[in-house]
Amino acid sequence: MASWVLTAMDLACQKAQRTLFEGVSFSVPAGSWLHIEGGNGCGKTSLLRILCGLSPAARGQVLWPSARHALRLRPDRSVLHYIGHALGLKPDLTACENLCFDAQASGLALSREQALQALAEQGLQSRAHLPVRVLSQGQRQGVALARLRTSPASLWVLDEPLVGLDAQATATARALLQSHVDAGGAIVMTSHHDVGLQGPGARLQLGARGAA
Amino acid sequence: MKLFHYAAPQHFYPLAGRLWPALAVLATALALAGLWVGFMVAPSDAQQGQAYRIIYIHVPVSWLAMIIYLAMAFWSVLGLVFNTRLSGLMTRALAPTGALLAFLSLWTGALWGKPMWGTYWVWDARLTSMLILLFLYLGYIALTSAIEDPRRSDRAGALVAVVGAVNVPIIYFSVQWWNTLHQGASVSFTQSPRMASVMLTGMLLMSLAVWLYAAAIALWRVRSLILVRESHALWVQLLPEVQAHRTLRGAT
Amino acid sequence: MNALALPSPWQAISGVLRRDLRMALRRKSEWLGAVFFFVLVAALFPLAIGPEPDTLRLIGPGVLWVAALLASMLSLGRLFEADHQDGSLEQLALSAAPLSWSISAKLLAHWLISGLPLVLLSPLLGLQFGLAPEALGMLALTLLIGTPVLSLLGAIGAALTLGVRGGGVLQSLLLLPLYVPVLVFGTGAVDAQMRGLGGQAHVSVLLALLLATAALSPWACAAAVRLALE
Repeated sequence: MASWVLTAMDLACQKAQRTLFEGVSFSVPAGSWLHIEGGNGCGKTSLLRILCGLSPAARGQVLWPSARHALRLRPDRSVLHYIGHALGLKPDLTACENLCFDAQASGLALSREQALQALAEQGLQSRAHLPVRVLSQGQRQGVALARLRTSPASLWVLDEPLVGLDAQATATARALLQSHVDAGGAIVMTSHHDVGLQGPGARLQLGARGAA
Repeated sequence: MKLFHYAAPQHFYPLAGRLWPALAVLATALALAGLWVGFMVAPSDAQQGQAYRIIYIHVPVSWLAMIIYLAMAFWSVLGLVFNTRLSGLMTRALAPTGALLAFLSLWTGALWGKPMWGTYWVWDARLTSMLILLFLYLGYIALTSAIEDPRRSDRAGALVAVVGAVNVPIIYFSVQWWNTLHQGASVSFTQSPRMASVMLTGMLLMSLAVWLYAAAIALWRVRSLILVRESHALWVQLLPEVQAHRTLRGAT
Repeated sequence: MNALALPSPWQAISGVLRRDLRMALRRKSEWLGAVFFFVLVAALFPLAIGPEPDTLRLIGPGVLWVAALLASMLSLGRLFEADHQDGSLEQLALSAAPLSWSISAKLLAHWLISGLPLVLLSPLLGLQFGLAPEALGMLALTLLIGTPVLSLLGAIGAALTLGVRGGGVLQSLLLLPLYVPVLVFGTGAVDAQMRGLGGQAHVSVLLALLLATAALSPWACAAAVRLALE
């Protein structure tokens, strides 16, 4: 495992000629987490999307150390798993189908049993064969998080992972994130509330122009 | 490289400011010369009488409507490859002029058609291609106006321009085929009047004039676009014309 | 973390294809609408122009081709919009397979659902216009080659106007010039066949258009989709 997973250097972001943030630099070592904080509209989601390569940064760059990605222009699902506000779930497919097809569409193999087990670990075994459109917001969030259990990615980039979850689901999710960090993965997330992860981690306050 | 120096809007702005008045003056002079040759000097046509003289406007604007689209495609390719903001602005600046010239081409074509064949519109290959070219221009303008984010707007427009340019020969070829297949129209513009050298001179002068006009107005337009796009930059706020405008409006 | 098999692009493409097909089968109303539109438009023209058999035979290929073109344009809204809304499109952009390949898979699924039914229905509707069997065959053949081209070109328009106000009309304005060659050669082939001249030349041109667009369109779509995701 490389000693660090992701480094951001002097990132700046502009939306509609307004500078959301600039001079953002940080490094996320393996086995740690980074919690990006800030008020509404300060660019947390934009920063995450820049890290994933979905949006271009007005200035600065994001560095990936592995040899594989020195050649690639953009990180992909084998290294990075992104869950944004739009969860990427198809409403007409069941939760189980969503997991299976989603893994396949990313080029990874996932059997039905593995998908069902992931959903069970997330507490959704009774909902596994229902179409996603009948699930509640919190249950959909759970399905999205279940995808993480079967992902080989070492870096998880999560935009508000705990939104809509009840107390039990929050505890399950927290345990999932903690186990990932403990196993040597890395997490970059935004959240309005404290996620409560242990271990090496950092907080980054956007809107205060700089890394904590 | 000197060229890349001018790729920055900040440096291109004064260059364009110096160029466009000179081009405009030259365009006016050539237009006057061309119109004089076309309407005064050149003899009337044996078959078509005086009415044929509209080709001194129709042919130059048609050529330029096509050339401007190619210019837009050229700037678009530059912009997509080198990621320069100026390319997107130049493409935008050219589009309205190209659309106007395409429309003028259709209009003068119709005006020519009426006295010649008694009908305003003929589904001739060239006129039909010009109509489609007009749609390509309007599509570009509509798309770039509808997208708010400047970068996305520029790059989407660049894609449209390039895809359109690649298709223009295919479209022209297919319309030619279609036109020869359906030989309903026994007359067509493909049979142009026999060119006396004087007539050719007139058309060349007018073509040059329209070309210079298009260049001048595109440069003038791109200056406005630069001001809008870079309005937050310091160098724009320090410009004398911007400061004069602001004091006029009472802003600090 | 789980260590799964390394990403495989082929699996990704078949996964996208199967997912789109399964979703379409669950929501039949969406794509059946475009098919009904095709049938309705083809029925409107005889009503508007009159039942004179010779006239109908003359306008038949053109009307059916235009109806297929309009139905194809109508179905483009389903291509990317839903995926963009629910976030699947950005997940596709992040997948191991190149985005242009994933888009090719989506386009294939889209054509199988929206284009192929038109091809299969066209001989039946051609009978309504009194077309001879050779003409019917040529019509179906040109639609078979032409509707994928319409899908491929239409996808570029759909991707460029993702999430843009007035997207539908804008898309039509962008696409109509590009559709002209396909229309001309498609109907030209049927016309030539009806006159006994043989439509092979037209069909060859259509095939060339298909190959060219199949090669270039996914790349252009991927670029446009990435723009929309920024």
